[in-house]
Amino acid sequence: MTLFKEFGRYLLMIKGMFSKPENWKMYWKELMHQCNEIGIGSLGIVVIISFFMGAVSALQTAYQLVSPVIPMSTVAQIVRDTVILEFAPTLVCIVLAGVVGSKIASELGNMRVSEQIDALEIMGINTKAYLVLPKILASLIMIPLLVVISAALGIVGGQLAATSAGILSANQYETGLLSNFQQYNVFFALVKAYTFSFLISSIPAYYGYHVQGGALEIGRSSTKSVVVSCVSILFADYVLAALLLQ
Amino acid sequence: MIEVKNIRKGFGEKTVLNGVTVTMQPGKCNLIIGASGSGKTVFMKCMVGLLIPDQGEICYDDKDFNKLGAEEKKEIRQQIGMLFQGSALFDSLTVEQNIMFPLNMFTQDTYGQKLKRVNEVLERVNLKDVNKKYPAELSGGMKKRVGIARAIVLNPKYLFVDEPNSGLDPQTSLVIDKLVKEITTEYNITTVVNTHDMNSVMEIGDHIIFMYQGKKEWEGSNKEIIFNKNERLNEFIFASEFLKDAKDMRMLEQTGKISNDRDMDKLTKE
Repeated sequence: MTLFKEFGRYLLMIKGMFSKPENWKMYWKELMHQCNEIGIGSLGIVVIISFFMGAVSALQTAYQLVSPVIPMSTVAQIVRDTVILEFAPTLVCIVLAGVVGSKIASELGNMRVSEQIDALEIMGINTKAYLVLPKILASLIMIPLLVVISAALGIVGGQLAATSAGILSANQYETGLLSNFQQYNVFFALVKAYTFSFLISSIPAYYGYHVQGGALEIGRSSTKSVVVSCVSILFADYVLAALLLQ
Repeated sequence: MIEVKNIRKGFGEKTVLNGVTVTMQPGKCNLIIGASGSGKTVFMKCMVGLLIPDQGEICYDDKDFNKLGAEEKKEIRQQIGMLFQGSALFDSLTVEQNIMFPLNMFTQDTYGQKLKRVNEVLERVNLKDVNKKYPAELSGGMKKRVGIARAIVLNPKYLFVDEPNSGLDPQTSLVIDKLVKEITTEYNITTVVNTHDMNSVMEIGDHIIFMYQGKKEWEGSNKEIIFNKNERLNEFIFASEFLKDAKDMRMLEQTGKISNDRDMDKLTKE
């Protein structure tokens, strides 16, 4: 019952976000602020993770490909497809669920507990529209961009690791990258990125917005939001794979 | 004018407000007093629309707030200013940005006009050189004053003040009380203050509503409260021996007698 109740409240929060802004300029300013916080703020960790994710993936694939029948350029193909299909959208989004999600939940939770949200409500501002919607829109704009950057860096990381370890040459790697490339995989990765972006931002926003209590509850809601976001990402990952990769 | 008609509010099995009816006096300081858990905070939250009562009406100029559409509610809310117990200033904004926020949201004024207005209200609450400071850099009393400045920046018709003196020393509390009273008179605002500070009751209580277990137990002014016969109110207000003595001395001064069964000879000798 609690699950249905919470899901209902979540849907009501989403519905409540859509109203005419009191002042477009202020909403735009808030959207840009959130794009900076979510996108630029997470760029560093995404760059590091993506690079090493591609590098490790290249080394481990080469380690397992011991057959003389399979050309070594296959390593590049496997790195490319793994990074595009799974690592960049899913792994990066799980990390972002922690980075961005906990930030959103604790920011809104703190605003709720210190009555800042009540203060905005009393001014006549739709707080769901002013505080939650820009965060979700900013995530929908910035996270797919981060996923694209992540995929590119993952592939570059794989190339650097493979060539520096002497597993294959740069030319072999490039040949592998270009063979059997499916554009649909990029589309699939972007569908995943948009879906996960929505989950990463809306779930923590829900938990933060509805916090009751004090500092302890803010911490709890932040942790819970990250856990629920991660589980939701994995579940959505499975559903999308089952639906779109037939 | 704010009229509250027979409102009831409960949370689960617990009834917090049980049929409260009261009319707030326009242009005056209306104080809601009562012990912790008497329902005064819930009462105020119902009045400003943060909670929806289970039954009853909250009328602003004869319009039932809870029956209005979203746009009409917004219009009324823009006539309301509120000072919260913890001031509720936006942490990430400076004092100037905090006070300018309602102006940015609801007016088309130029930056220069808005800054002029911000400086006017800051001057009114006796704050100088704090424009660029963040809330974390201010003392409790200063935060309250910035909260008041933000609440009055749009010239509201109604001002709600929740526990203005909590966490403040007695001297600063008096300054805040005086400020609330002055602003009420100067701007002809209907002010509703939620407090259990006895200094506030005696200093600024033009109209006092005493809440007891979710009901209105007594209503009157700060002048009438000295002579009230309500046992629960007297127990709440004049809780200490010191305050009982003060009350008796005041009664003695004004009427030449004390109303209760305390020893007048002993009291005057002491």
